[in-house]
Amino acid sequence: MTTQPTNATPETTMSRRNFLSLGLGALGLVGLLQTGVMTVQFLGPRRVDGEFGGVVQAGLVESFPPGSVTEFPDGRFFLVRLADGGFLAVYRRCTHLGCAVSWQAAENRFACPCHGSYFDQEGDVENPPAPRALDTFAITITDGTVIVDTAEPRQRDAFDATQVVYPAGA
Amino acid sequence: MSWLSNAFDRLRFRARPPSDDRSRMRAVANNLILHLHPTRVPAPALRFTHTWGLGGISALLTVILVVTGVLLMFRYDASVERAYASIQTLETVVPFGALLRNVHHWSANLLVITVLLHLVRVFLTGGFFRDRRGNWIFGLFLLLIVLAFNFTGYLLPWDQLAFWAITVGTGLLDYIPVVGVLVANFLLGGREVGQAALRNFYALHVAVLPVVLMLALSYHFWRVRKDGGVALPDQTGPVEKLTTIPHLVGIELGIALVTLTAVMLFAMLVPAPLEGMANPAHPPNPAKAAWYFLGVQELLLHMHPLAALALSTIGLLGLAAVPFWDRDDSAIGIGGRSTRGRKAAWLGVALSVLLTPLLVVIDEWWLDLPALLPGLPTLVSNGLIPLGLTLAGLAGVYWLIRLVLRTRHNEALVGLFSFTMSALVVLTLIGIFFRGSNMALVWPW
Repeated sequence: MTTQPTNATPETTMSRRNFLSLGLGALGLVGLLQTGVMTVQFLGPRRVDGEFGGVVQAGLVESFPPGSVTEFPDGRFFLVRLADGGFLAVYRRCTHLGCAVSWQAAENRFACPCHGSYFDQEGDVENPPAPRALDTFAITITDGTVIVDTAEPRQRDAFDATQVVYPAGA
Repeated sequence: MSWLSNAFDRLRFRARPPSDDRSRMRAVANNLILHLHPTRVPAPALRFTHTWGLGGISALLTVILVVTGVLLMFRYDASVERAYASIQTLETVVPFGALLRNVHHWSANLLVITVLLHLVRVFLTGGFFRDRRGNWIFGLFLLLIVLAFNFTGYLLPWDQLAFWAITVGTGLLDYIPVVGVLVANFLLGGREVGQAALRNFYALHVAVLPVVLMLALSYHFWRVRKDGGVALPDQTGPVEKLTTIPHLVGIELGIALVTLTAVMLFAMLVPAPLEGMANPAHPPNPAKAAWYFLGVQELLLHMHPLAALALSTIGLLGLAAVPFWDRDDSAIGIGGRSTRGRKAAWLGVALSVLLTPLLVVIDEWWLDLPALLPGLPTLVSNGLIPLGLTLAGLAGVYWLIRLVLRTRHNEALVGLFSFTMSALVVLTLIGIFFRGSNMALVWPW
């Protein structure tokens, strides 16, 4: 009854109605995706100024005697000066489940009270369940001042010499 | 003034108080709350020891939690500076504030117990066969909601207990491969527990989760009705049916009053714990999660977190798979499937009570897998191997029960279920009472 125009192939033609409803569906999908992304962004992690995550001026090199461990509660790290004079900024978050480790000077170790992990002065695991050494922060030493950047903790499996920062001229 | 007393009467009874069975049944069908019930109930379903009223008690506790929770919202302040102070004000200044908080706290804790017991009861009486399969799995989802409620509520007092329990709990998420850290950071609104985490948890606890729970609970109840109510053994002859008023409603009122009295008395006598204000620099020693997560925390002391997480997930999936695992629905409504099944259950409990503490002590004092296998990464020596051994042990328990008691598959499953549940209880008790400073094993006295 209906005669198709010869230049059109019936399988690939789409009726106007189908085209519009497909377009409507696609628009709806885009809208849904947009709303989803907006919601996730809205709910996502937020940084609060003045909280942990900035750059900390730790102090002069001389104020940390070799072999000492100094806690910086606001920066969430311990500044370790090794016996050879090198510096290491150790993030206090236990690598097991995130408790705060504390420095036990008498036993010369970091201890995590939650599950009994111990770490030595370099942050290496002495006693599990902690799976890897304590994370560290980047240190720069300019004009004899130790500066620690707490923006991004660096993961490591174990301590090695490349993680230590030495003051110039040492 | 007669119009007033007439109006009052109409509010109390839509019709005259029902005096015969037909009008009693109509009263149930026409009442908003009562129409959750059928108009008549099979007499065996009314036997208290068949259900222990655990679903109803859980529902009542939910109502108590909503009422007390809404009241608490008027006095609570979800900011890091003010949250702890507002709880202290509630405890010391607000009239009946401490009692209100105690009722909320203990009802929430009791709810975890009653929903778990409800799960055990439904499993043992075969409440997951046939049409009830979907509602069994949906019930597990409800259990997760209840745990999420408790977990988010735990942070709100912002004391040491709250802060470190949530730190440890979300620290666990970091071990989920690929997405773990992202999810944990998203949930906390940052890398550590802080203001963003408190705000997030508060919004989840008082707005998101209640809506989800109300919808989910309505569906759960609706399915209970549609699936034919409490699961009962298949009947050959006619079953005696009793009208809901007064037979079911009377029992429910009785249980509700006993529950209310018990919660009230407990809340008056035992204050909800509140430690010092949260101090992110100094975890208490030992730092423990909320008691209902101490079973999992105990697992963490014995294996790699990923293994502990895997074991918990396998346990949950195993529960969800129960309707597909046990397809012999002829045992529907019979406690423990059969006499031998009940024996298997007790054997499972006995084995668990003996084996679990033994394994904990052996692993704590003598067995050190990472030291025995120094060549392997800890993920294998402390993760895969303990996980494999535990799963093999569970399979061993299943076959032991099967062979020793000569049980069928479904009866041995009852034994395995009671073994696993008892192990969870034992691990939780060890976590609560036998873990001291540095999480070392200690005597509680």
